[in-house]
Parts: sequence; structure tokens; C-alpha cells
Amino acid sequence: MALTDAPRIVTSRLGYEDSHTLERYLATGGYQALRKALQMTPEAVAAEVDAASLLGRGGAGFPAGRKWSMLRPDPVTYLVINGDESEPATFKDHLLIERDPHQLLEGVLIASYALQVAQAFVYVRGEFALGLERVTQALNEAYDYGAVGADIFGSGFSVDVVVHPGAGAYICGEETALIESLEGKRGFPRIKPPYFPAAIGLYGQPTVVNNVETMSNLPWIIANGGAAFAALGAGRSTGTRLFALSGHVRRPGAYELEMVKTTFRDLIYDPSLGGGIRDGNELKAFIPGGVSAPWFGPDRVDLPLGQDEVGDAGSMLGSGSVVVMDSTTCMVRATWRITKFFARESCGQCTPCREGSGWLERVLYRIEHGGGREEDLDLLLDVCDNIAPGLTWPPAMTTICVLGPSIPSSIHSAIEMFRDEFLTHVKEGGCPHG
Amino acid sequence: MSHLSPELLERARELVALYPEPRSALVPICHLAQEQDGWLRPEAMAEIAELVGVTPAEVRGTASFYDMLHTEPVGTYVVSVCTNIACLLGGAAELLEHAEASLGVGVGGTTEDGAITLEEAECLADCDRPPCVQVNHRYVGPQSPESFDRLVADLRGGRLAGTVPAHGTLARVRRNGGLRVERARVTAERAAAAEARARRQAAAGEGR
Ligand SMILES: Cc1cc2nc3c(=O)[nH]c(=O)nc-3n(C[C@H](O)[C@H](O)[C@H](O)COP(=O)(O)O)c2cc1C
Ligand code: SF4
Ligand code: FES
Repeated sequence: MALTDAPRIVTSRLGYEDSHTLERYLATGGYQALRKALQMTPEAVAAEVDAASLLGRGGAGFPAGRKWSMLRPDPVTYLVINGDESEPATFKDHLLIERDPHQLLEGVLIASYALQVAQAFVYVRGEFALGLERVTQALNEAYDYGAVGADIFGSGFSVDVVVHPGAGAYICGEETALIESLEGKRGFPRIKPPYFPAAIGLYGQPTVVNNVETMSNLPWIIANGGAAFAALGAGRSTGTRLFALSGHVRRPGAYELEMVKTTFRDLIYDPSLGGGIRDGNELKAFIPGGVSAPWFGPDRVDLPLGQDEVGDAGSMLGSGSVVVMDSTTCMVRATWRITKFFARESCGQCTPCREGSGWLERVLYRIEHGGGREEDLDLLLDVCDNIAPGLTWPPAMTTICVLGPSIPSSIHSAIEMFRDEFLTHVKEGGCPHG
Repeated sequence: MSHLSPELLERARELVALYPEPRSALVPICHLAQEQDGWLRPEAMAEIAELVGVTPAEVRGTASFYDMLHTEPVGTYVVSVCTNIACLLGGAAELLEHAEASLGVGVGGTTEDGAITLEEAECLADCDRPPCVQVNHRYVGPQSPESFDRLVADLRGGRLAGTVPAHGTLARVRRNGGLRVERARVTAERAAAAEARARRQAAAGEGR
């Protein structure tokens, strides 16, 4: 790994052309961690994960060990893996599913054993046709190898795993919507409480929902110990993370970096990583953690890549996706496109989200396309304030899920940072960028 | 008479068996039906309803929620152009404009020969290679306006049949692990789960 001497935890096999095959997996230590886990007690496995203080990699950053300990004891519990990856500019799970499906499955099996679940489901977004093929193929291989199903490796532990295809809906990434979708329904988020998955989840049973990258870390943690994982990074952000870098950099891509020990500057400018802004342009702004996150200006590039470090600065590391915008970017257009996404993907259950997103999209459209008025800026902020009162970070909740309150992030950031640019659009009757 | 082919019907029954509750197989079976017909014909929805134990209206209502499930006919190849933020920064709006002009259809439209349906997609999670394009949900790399026209010609000429199956999205792997945990244990677990659930719902004072 570049920059620090931390090992590659989730991307160690990606250099191999055949990284997705059982043959390669076994040749590189695959399924040894599962064998080791099966010789420990389930509680001891969970304790290693807790000691690693592995934060969930799906966006909310909740500690996996803590989440597991909240699972209500019950005759039947389930594990659901969130591979819906649809947050704009996020493409790390895509890589892990397509290129190292056995690592993911080994993680799922380790978690299934630690949690003693009755069945595990790997929900993969339907648009990943190749990813679904690869992970299903890997599952078939793992069954034949004896790593899944009845009496795994002769340990007496049994669990079945099902790969489940989604069918195109961003909201199904929200964990309760994911559960509804897995039950064969529309992906409407459920109201919490009472529908916390750990209490009333899949088929009404206690359920743990974890992200693909979270699971992919488990084989390494069990093989090397939770303490070795916790020794990487700093503070609450331990281990490494797979960052998805996109936009106006020379070398967009997914890079695994040690948490906190590296900064946004490293990620964006290091020659072995982003390689700097394309065409020798200047950095104008960047989104630090998916389009639900407030934006940062160039003054924040020296922030460390850590959950609390970014949180304290007023945004979030979220899904680990960093979007770089250079000096040629039209911020009105960028904001409009992000808002259009939310308007399209709102599930429509809550009025502020459903109506607000549509309103905001229309107002931004007219500013970008020459019909804007000066009052529109206040109107935008006013509608935002109705969705997330006070426009604080993290946002106040008025809705069932956090999609709604995420809509103001980019609008609020863009108007605060680039008010003049919005006004120029209004005065010049449209986008000066053409 | 089954609307699904005997092979797909058998596969559909296997899918139903994978889940504790049959309804969970609804979306996966919709994918199978689209593999056969390209879209969800009313006959297919009726059969899916029967397979998973709901009404045809519930199948339609559920399917209509999902972008990938088509309740109207679509072309043999659904071409999805992502215009979300990373792709927008990488020229996606210009590519989509070109695609519309070159195909002679707007977003959502199907070419007269029935070959291509054009879609404007939200992020397809391939943001480091913009603008991202998928055909029947298989990545076909970043596309320029020039390469896009070649791609369309190749699709029409059947030259990509090996990489992009017609219609089918998830067409190429038939088994999905399978259930190997002993039946007796599963049956006992499900009975215990149903009981626990009933207790919980009684306690919560509502059924869902
Ligand atoms: C609108 C919305 C979309 C989400 N999309 C995803 C997603 O695509 N993948 C994911 O893992 N988590 C997503 N999440 C977060 C999940 O609700 C959940 O927190 C996560 O899957 C838990 O896994 P983790 O603890 O391992 O991170 C989303 C949340 C919201 C509100
Ligand atoms: S906030 Fe938006 S997406 Fe979330 S439940 Fe409400 S309407 Fe649906
Ligand atoms: S923004 Fe286009 S693929 Fe992600």
C-alpha cells in the first residue's frame, strides 16, 4: 500500500487476473480464517471483531462489534449483507464483489458463525450482472468445497447462504428498505422504532445488516487478530478503507488506505493515487463521502481520512467516495444533477422528502437554464430548512429515513461556497459555462 | 399451460425454495421472466403471482417500483447512460445528447427496429471510468460519442452476443448455492420463528 506501511487488507488479491476464482483464493490463504474461527467459540470470534473496533463501511460508520452485540437472542436470527451500492460516486463494493467474491463470502460465513444465524442473504444490486455472476459462482464453489451448508468443514456448524439480486432502486440500500425488498416488496423504509433490524428485521426476526466491505475485512481480522487491525489507523477509525476517488483527478480509482494516517491531499495529489487535478487545473471543491455529504473547499484538503476527523469538520466520510471538482466545474449544474438524483430516488413516503426534492430540482433547473430569480436562493434554503430544520450537521430528522435530510447537503454547501456563481446564472440568464 | 419455459419454471421453483417465505423470490423470478420475454408480460406476472403466493396486482405493484423491471416492452438491448455526478464531470451529458440524436429517440424511447432502448441512469458504481455505459447491465466501458456509434452498430450486427446476452440480465449462472442444512432443523427453526414473531407482534400491538 502506498504512503504508509499498512498491509492491504481487502485488496490483496486484486493484482491477479483470476482473483475471483476458488483456486486463486485457496492459493492465497483463503478459507483459513473460517477454519480458525470454527475452532473458536462464537463469542470469541465476536470478541475479536469488537477488539478490531471495525466501523461499518456502508455509510453510517457504526461499530460492527457493537451492532452484533445488540442482536436480540431469538430462536431464529438472520444476517443480511448490503451490496446495493448505489450512493452516487461510490464504487468500492462493486470491486470487492466482482474481484474477490470468496473473501466476501468467507466474511459472511465468519459473521454467520459468530452470530449463529439461521440463514444469510447477500443482497447485490441488480445492475451488477457480472458481480452477481461472480458471487453466485463463488457460492456454488464454496458449497462444493464444504465451506457453506451443512456441517461446515466438519465443525458441526451449518448455515445456508443465498445471493439475492436487487432490481434498481437507490433507496433499497437503506437497511430497512433492503429488508422489505428482500421480502419481495417495494423498497419502503420502515419506521424506527419499532423496526430496528436487530429487534424486528427480516421476516420479523432479529437481523444484522452489514455492508460488503465490512464483511470483506473479517477474514483478515480473524487471521491476524483484532488487535492487529486496531493498531492501524487512529482513534475510532481503525484499519484501512477502500476509498473511491472520482471526478477531475488524473488517476480516478479505488485506493485502499490506512485510516487517519493519510489525508485528502494524499488521496487527491499523490502520484501513486489521484495524481493531482487533471489538465493542471485548480481544485475548486470536493465531496468527501458520497453525495449525501456536505462539500469541502481546498482549505480542507489536509484533513485526515478518519470518521471523526471529517465529522468534526462538518461533513462525513460516509461511503468513502471522494468526488473532485476542478475550476471548470459549474456548481449550479453539479448541484442540480445531485438534487435530480434525490428527486428521482425518493420513495415518496414522507412529504418533506417527496415534495421538497421535486421543488428543489425544479428551482435549480431553472437557475441553470436561465429562468432563475435572485429570490430563488432564499427559496432553495427555505425548502432545505423544511426538510432538515436548522440546516445543521448531522441534519435534524423530519422523515422516516435519512435520504430526505441528506438532500440539503449539496445545495446548502454550494450556495454557501459559491453564492456568486448562482447569482451570475440569474443575472446572465443561464449557465456561463455554456 | 405454463407461460415460463419448463427450464425457467423449474429454476423459479428452486428460487422459491431458497427463502423462508416464497414472496422473497418475486424479484428474482421477475428477472427470469424478463430473460425469456424481455419484459414482464401480464401472463408472466400472473404466473409469478401464483408461484410466490400473491395476487397479480401485487406483482405489478412491486415490479413497478424497480427501475430494472419493465411492465412495458423494451428493446433487445437496454442501453443505460449514467449522468450522475462523477459521469457528469466526465462528459456524460454530452454523451447522452449524442446518443439521443444518433439513435433518434429520447430517454425512455426504443428505436423503430426494436433493437435499442435508451435510458438515463443514476450512478452505476463504475465512476472512475466516466461516462459509464451499460448494455443489459453489463459494463461496456467509458464511451465517447464516436465509440458509442460503433457500440450500437456492433449490438445491431450481433457482434457482442458473447458478452451481452439479449434481454437477460442474470442469465448465465443457473445454480444459487442451494439449501444443504437439514430439513428437520430448518422446519423446527421456522416453527419457532413463527411463534416468536406472533409473540412479538402481539406485544407490539400491531401486525404488519
Ligand atoms: C438512503 C440510504 C442509502 C444507503 N445505501 C447503502 C448502500 O448502498 N450500501 C450500504 O452498505 N449501506 C447503505 N446505507 C446504509 C445502511 O442503511 C446501513 O447503515 C448499512 O448497510 C449497515 O452496514 P455497516 O454497518 O456494515 O456499514 C444507506 C443508507 C441510506 C439512508
Ligand atoms: S425520507 Fe424520503 S426516501 Fe426516506 S422514507 Fe421518507 S420519502 Fe422515502
Ligand atoms: S456517477 Fe456514473 S457510474 Fe457513478
